[in-house]
Amino acid sequence: MPAITRRTPEELLQQVQAEEAFEQTGRLKVFLGYASGVGKSFRMLDEGRRRHERGQDVVVGAIQPKTSHEIQALLAKLPVIPLKTIDDVAVMDVPAILERRPEVCLVDGLAYDNPPGAANPSRWQDVEQLLKAGISVISSVNIQYIDELRDRVERITGKRVSQTVPRSFLNAADEIVVVDAPPEMCINRAGDDQTTPAQFSQAQKLSELREIALLLVADVVDRQLEAYLQRNGIASTFGTQERILVCITPRANAAPMIESGRRNAERFHGDLTVAYVSQPELSADDQTALERNLAIARAANAHIEMLDGEDAIETILKFARERGITQIFVGHSTRERWWEQLTGTPLDRLILGANDIDVRIFPH
Amino acid sequence: MADRQPPGKLKIYLGYAAGVGKTYQMLEEAQAMSRQGKDVVIGYFEPHGRADTIAKTQGLEIIPRRKLDYRGTVFEEMDTDAILRRVPEVCVVDEFPHSNVPGSERAKRWQDVEVLVDAGIDVLTTMNIQHLESINDQVWHITGVRVRETIPDWVMQRADQVVMVDLTPRALLNRLARGVVYAPDKAKKALEHFFQESTLVALRELALRQTAHEVEIRQVDYDSPGFQETPNGDESGEARRSVDRILILVTPDPSSAMLIRRGKRVADYLHADCFAVGVCRDSDMRDLATTEREALERHLNFARNLHIEARVLQGEEVANTLVEFAHLNGITHLLVARPAQHQKPKRFGRTLVQEVVRRASDMQVMIVADRGSRTHAQ
Repeated sequence: MPAITRRTPEELLQQVQAEEAFEQTGRLKVFLGYASGVGKSFRMLDEGRRRHERGQDVVVGAIQPKTSHEIQALLAKLPVIPLKTIDDVAVMDVPAILERRPEVCLVDGLAYDNPPGAANPSRWQDVEQLLKAGISVISSVNIQYIDELRDRVERITGKRVSQTVPRSFLNAADEIVVVDAPPEMCINRAGDDQTTPAQFSQAQKLSELREIALLLVADVVDRQLEAYLQRNGIASTFGTQERILVCITPRANAAPMIESGRRNAERFHGDLTVAYVSQPELSADDQTALERNLAIARAANAHIEMLDGEDAIETILKFARERGITQIFVGHSTRERWWEQLTGTPLDRLILGANDIDVRIFPH
Repeated sequence: MADRQPPGKLKIYLGYAAGVGKTYQMLEEAQAMSRQGKDVVIGYFEPHGRADTIAKTQGLEIIPRRKLDYRGTVFEEMDTDAILRRVPEVCVVDEFPHSNVPGSERAKRWQDVEVLVDAGIDVLTTMNIQHLESINDQVWHITGVRVRETIPDWVMQRADQVVMVDLTPRALLNRLARGVVYAPDKAKKALEHFFQESTLVALRELALRQTAHEVEIRQVDYDSPGFQETPNGDESGEARRSVDRILILVTPDPSSAMLIRRGKRVADYLHADCFAVGVCRDSDMRDLATTEREALERHLNFARNLHIEARVLQGEEVANTLVEFAHLNGITHLLVARPAQHQKPKRFGRTLVQEVVRRASDMQVMIVADRGSRTHAQ
């Protein structure tokens, strides 16, 4: 277990408060949902309410036009800075918010484009402006508005949104929370009672979107974990995400290994890397074979790494530890002499040296 | 006997630590159901002295707990029989992985819940990710704590819904510091294990990925007969059918438990069939010393509890017997434990792993790492 200093609750609270006080820019917290009706806006406003009750200066900067009774009830408890209208389009009143300087501003509808004449082209850029001014923002967004997910979402829903938020905006958030609920909840909220074939297909679609949202947040969290471990000099990997490393050589029968790696990475929603430890003086045949294997790796969408090192096994193990690899795939030849060495084969050394990494051996 | 009821629905609120709001969210839903006119009761609720959560029980009928005397101490458990007599539509049961006090009718609360669901009662329940059996070793690695109360993965898979209750670790630490989660003395203790930031972040990621997995495996359920549209039918149907068959080599060695968990998890994710075998010279294991025989039997039973088909093979030589069985049964992946560090390759001899690799010429051999040992055994 890596050594981490233990703190009392008081110390923790002090630290959290101190960190917040010293931060120049505001903090961004995003509630992410996979469909309308999961309760993103509610969660956002409810957090605003709780902070307000704890004495923080919270205002509502922007909220969706159509709101439920639950949301109306929450809104009634919070100060609202009304939207203003430019060319008949509702726009968040950034100057008024900056003037008012709250500690926390709640902003819904991140993907909205602003009309010409507004401070920024999009609402998410309005939020960036508030953050720079030292105002913390709590926001909510539906994954179908994430720019990089647009194609995938369109394949599922058949609908394409025109206004989006870039993924980098989410990656930069200090906190991201998934608002999860079963698909039935979104369907029922739409006011239907009977389960029809259309609803089955609707449930299937929602379920696919739900999976995307959960995995998106898992990826953001994984980055945070890595950053945290690095910051604190913890070399250990927690293996929360499967990371597969396929080691190839020119002679390797790479296709089945890479295919298996791809399938495993996909099923575990993990990561696939194909690595080759460079060897001096490859024959022309070997060079061609290697190129062919690398082409297979590229087709499988793997990260490709060319490694350099005198000892191939040491090089692979070092790389694997640095990258938090959880499984190493290697091939082995059945030629006897490979096994009959008295000092143990390279494969033995790999297995013994792999410590907390699984090793999968593929026959050639 | 009463009419055979269709089974109730089980919904699990999955979190990653105490204080993320599982019970609160469960009770909120119970309240909503009650408002919609459903007959909702609380079968078991653990208040932990949290005022806002306790407030959420208001107006819901609470079935009194059953008192049991065990070695002079009185324990309180959920009164499953009383709930069955009461026949509610929906029953709220906190702390799904709880172990009942010895002398209870069933060893585990999840077994009590099974009884309720079988009786046609919908159950809402809560659990944290660290109680899932197949990630027990990983949780040990992350937290340094060996969780004893576990839920077999198939129990979670049987639930109709798994919902992630999410909260950021920062907000959780904040709650803890404000004394919302635990009283100060308990909070201090909690901070030493589960409540370190890196631990929380890692557990949260595990919970998110597990929920995504649970969502994915349930997607096929929507393709029920009569409603088969499969608009983009590219991978949904075909790719799900299992092509992989996994065989785990079980031995008396303690690493077998880890190997079984890992094997089951890999099998679940690959939608593969999963088998476990031990190899003995005598089919009744008489060649083994008593302690070894007991350990092997315990491991095979553990595999069976996780719904893995497990048995003993009779053979003179382990690698040979194992690989032969694998060939006969169309196995694609063989799982063996990584040899202990001191087991250096023998001169003029091969280790078991070497023997297996050499013989298994048409399947993958997976040498599984003992993840916890390196960090905690020192």
